[in-house]
Amino acid sequence: MSHPLIKTIGFYALVAVIVVFAVFPFYYAIVTSFSSGTALFQVNYWPKSFNWVNYETVMGNRNFVRSIVNSVFIAGCTVAFALFLAVTAAYALSRVSFRGRGLLLMTILAVSMFPQIAVLAGLFELVRFLGIFNTPWAMILSYTIFTLPFTVWVLTTFMRDLPVEIEEAAIVDGATPWVIVTKVFLPLLWPALVTTGLLAFIGAWNEFLFALTFTSSESMRTVPVAIALLSGASQQEIPWGPIMAASVIVTVPLIVLVLIFQRKIVAGLTAGGVKG
Amino acid sequence: MAKIELKNVTKSYGAVEVIKGIDLDIKKGEFMVFVGPSGCGKSTLLRLISGLEEITTGDMLFDDQRVNNLVPSDRGIAMVFQSYALYPHMKVYDNMAFGMKLAKQDKAAIDKRVRDAARMLQIEHLLDRLPRQLSGGQRQRVAIGRAIVRDPRVFLFDEPLSNLDAALRVATRLEIAKLHETMSDVTMIYVTHDQVEAMTLADRIAVLRDGRLEQLGTPAELYESPNSVFVAGFIGSPKMNFLKGKFAEDKGCATLGARPEHIDIVPEGTGDWSGEVVHAEDLGSDNYLFVEIGADEPLIVRQPGKLAIPQGSKVSLQPQPQHLHRFGADDRPLR
Repeated sequence: MSHPLIKTIGFYALVAVIVVFAVFPFYYAIVTSFSSGTALFQVNYWPKSFNWVNYETVMGNRNFVRSIVNSVFIAGCTVAFALFLAVTAAYALSRVSFRGRGLLLMTILAVSMFPQIAVLAGLFELVRFLGIFNTPWAMILSYTIFTLPFTVWVLTTFMRDLPVEIEEAAIVDGATPWVIVTKVFLPLLWPALVTTGLLAFIGAWNEFLFALTFTSSESMRTVPVAIALLSGASQQEIPWGPIMAASVIVTVPLIVLVLIFQRKIVAGLTAGGVKG
Repeated sequence: MAKIELKNVTKSYGAVEVIKGIDLDIKKGEFMVFVGPSGCGKSTLLRLISGLEEITTGDMLFDDQRVNNLVPSDRGIAMVFQSYALYPHMKVYDNMAFGMKLAKQDKAAIDKRVRDAARMLQIEHLLDRLPRQLSGGQRQRVAIGRAIVRDPRVFLFDEPLSNLDAALRVATRLEIAKLHETMSDVTMIYVTHDQVEAMTLADRIAVLRDGRLEQLGTPAELYESPNSVFVAGFIGSPKMNFLKGKFAEDKGCATLGARPEHIDIVPEGTGDWSGEVVHAEDLGSDNYLFVEIGADEPLIVRQPGKLAIPQGSKVSLQPQPQHLHRFGADDRPLR
């Protein structure tokens, strides 16, 4: 009798635990970012005062604003390049049959096994060789390389599931491969593009190691590096307030992006084109 | 609008030969149907004509022009797919206009052609909908409409009715027959495994078997004088009865074929064959009797109207001699 009730309570209790576990650190960062002085070091679970001084400090720092611009540019370019290359590659890998296709797919997957640190030295040499050290292009290049295997793999799987007949109908209608990809497949791939694009963006936005290694001047840093290197008045002081404010500032765009695109991820977009 | 010639066309996938040398002339404005069991190569042949697959050897000519290396859109063909293959993200109007838009035709001309085709198929009220908002029959009409808008020389149908339910299938079949009348100078090629569709729609039927052309002829020719046991068994419903052994020897052949509608029930003891009715199917207009006469399978006898022959009763049967099909040991007819 009380069985369903217990089940429901258990379910929501579990949900609550997960939500608290996932959201609490961020919540605590927000609370901290609004306090200043000694209030920083008291444990407060509820915001006591709204003090914008930390935000003013961070946003008043010209290099930090520059870092945000850098991050947006780098993550945006990474997403654009990765999606363009991945869509074209996925078309070839899913629809054009050629010798060694399976091997190539497995190789692409294998590439993503290497940890960042393992290729750091090699990439550094490459970046130096290309003459893009301490420019945004160093990060764009390395992030694109690291995000591509996943993006290609996901889009290939998606594209393979699109009905062949739709493509053939387009061929009969006189569509070139480029037209098929852009006018027929892309609209059908929106959900996959949004998902992979978002993940690529988040990856590029959060990346630290490459960004630290491939930049030298303060004006070239991305946000994670800038936050890590925020310094206080003296070497002994860690500026927790501004760090928390900066963390909140750089997290908000991601949350906004996810919320926007969550609505755009429409399931079952292919329904109706072919007999399902 | 096009005369199509196939000259010794073959198609192989690696070592597997799917089409094993087909010669075929399709006349201008003809309705040609390819029939055959699954895997006989009929769809592959259609795809070769469409240009979606490349010919391995041989020649294909449209109006005496070699089209072997021409891409589908340059052949002047339009194709209707079994699964409709509409573009899911485009409205019906855009689905139909897509080909002309790609060909960079003038907007007013596109609009006129799309609306004319929509009127012809009575789908004008659906032009603003997405494919997923349509029923199966409507989707197939849109697919046909898309093909009409292309104003093709050759119309290709790849089992267009297979996904529809029985009632819609008959209605759409009529529609396709009407289409053929209205567009009488457009050559139509239609692939099906359903011999009823083949018999009702075709000017001529090509029966395919195992990548070869088994017989080519009008529906009446195939029905009356099948060129082999295979064709005899494939055309006609219910299937032709085949008798071997002493039944065939009596008539001087290796296999004797008798269509269910060509066997009469005669008074006891006067027929060539007799046996017990083991099963009876009453279709209202017809009766199918399954009679066990001692052959490998029960003989199917089709009798019009109402019959009061209960299961288990003995009947005497007489085939109509002028309609008997006699085949030799090589499965070819003896004439």
